[in-house]
This record gives sequence, structure tokens and C-alpha cells, in this order.
Amino acid sequence: MSVSPDELKGRIEAGIPGARADVTGDGHHFEAIIEGPAFSGLSRIAQHKLVYDVFGSELGDRIHALSLKITPTEAR
Amino acid sequence: MSESTSNPMREALQSAISENPVILFMKGTPEAPACGFSARSVAMLEALDQPFAAVNILPDPRIRQELSTLSGWPTIPQLFVDGELVGGCDIVTEMYQTGELQKLLGIEGEAPATVTPATADAAPLTVDAAPLTIDNLL
Repeated sequence: MSVSPDELKGRIEAGIPGARADVTGDGHHFEAIIEGPAFSGLSRIAQHKLVYDVFGSELGDRIHALSLKITPTEAR
Repeated sequence: MSESTSNPMREALQSAISENPVILFMKGTPEAPACGFSARSVAMLEALDQPFAAVNILPDPRIRQELSTLSGWPTIPQLFVDGELVGGCDIVTEMYQTGELQKLLGIEGEAPATVTPATADAAPLTVDAAPLTIDNLL
């Protein structure tokens, strides 16, 4: 079953408080551009893990690949 | 969480990570990457003339499973430097572009060249360290 970019966008934004995501993809490979205050102060590894944790074991399985570009923003 | 008593696969991975200063877990081999993200990661290390060990995770699904449990990182490739997970292709690319990767690897100097994905006709990589597979670790 394929996954829609909108589904990923919705789940990222629901799973990470204050995050905004733009997701493109073909149903298997996705690219997400994400920003949000939740990422500020975290290492790159920790920023990516925050997003990976939203999807858990679906990554590499149902979601074949998810490329991330993350920009931390100021907490408001 | 209960510790599994004996786990040869995990121990092999752990020693591969600690024994190789730069090690890339990838799909396929540096000569024949089986995934674009792995190919790009190899291409960046090659562009820096960085010797590295490479482990193909494809031959046995347990490699990937144990690796991800060990690193807490779900996707492949995974680059480790000095025993620490640096990240996957996205992070390695960002760090390459900003020069952080060069700094981490102790490579001084020139601005990064544009990386083109490794292709089948790319020059084969010469690895200074002995090529490493999980097979020869077990």
C-alpha cells in the first residue's frame, strides 16, 4: 500500500509540536522540508531522530526512503 | 529492558564500528552501490579521498536489524566516525556541504567539489583498510 505525501505531512505536524512540513514524494521515496522550534538546540542526529520516531518501523518498510531537510526555528 | 545474553551479530557490528575509524554501512558495495543514498555517501567520501571500511547490509537482514537496534537509526546508509554515528545520507550531505564533515575527518582545505552520484563507470574505490564484510567478522 502506498503512502501519500499529505499523510506524511500530517503525521509530522501532528507528531512534532509546532512543526511545519512540506513533503513531496512518489509513494515510496519522499523528501520532507521541515521547520519548527522543537528542533532547536538539538544535534542533527537528534533532529532526524525526532522525525524518524514519528514513523517508527514504517521507515525502510512502508516508507522506503524519507529524505529530511530540517531547519530549527526560534521557540515562540 | 532485558539484555540479550549472546548476540554474535551485534558483537561483530560493535567491533567493526570500534575498529574502523571511518565505516559506512550501506546497501551494496562502494564499487556497486545498490541504492542512490548509499551511492551518494560513497561518492562524498571518495571525493574527500577518505579511506573507509564499508559493510554491505543486504546479504543478511539481521545485519540491518541489529545495526538499527545498536545505533537507534532506522535507515541505511549509516556513517560512523571514531565509533560515533554521524548520520545518514542527508546529514552527511549537509556536513559535506558546510565543511563539517571535512573537519570531523581531519581533512583540511579546499571547498567541496560538486558531488555527482556514483555511477557504474565510476572509478573503483581503493580502500586502505581491508575490505570488511560481516562474513569475515563472524
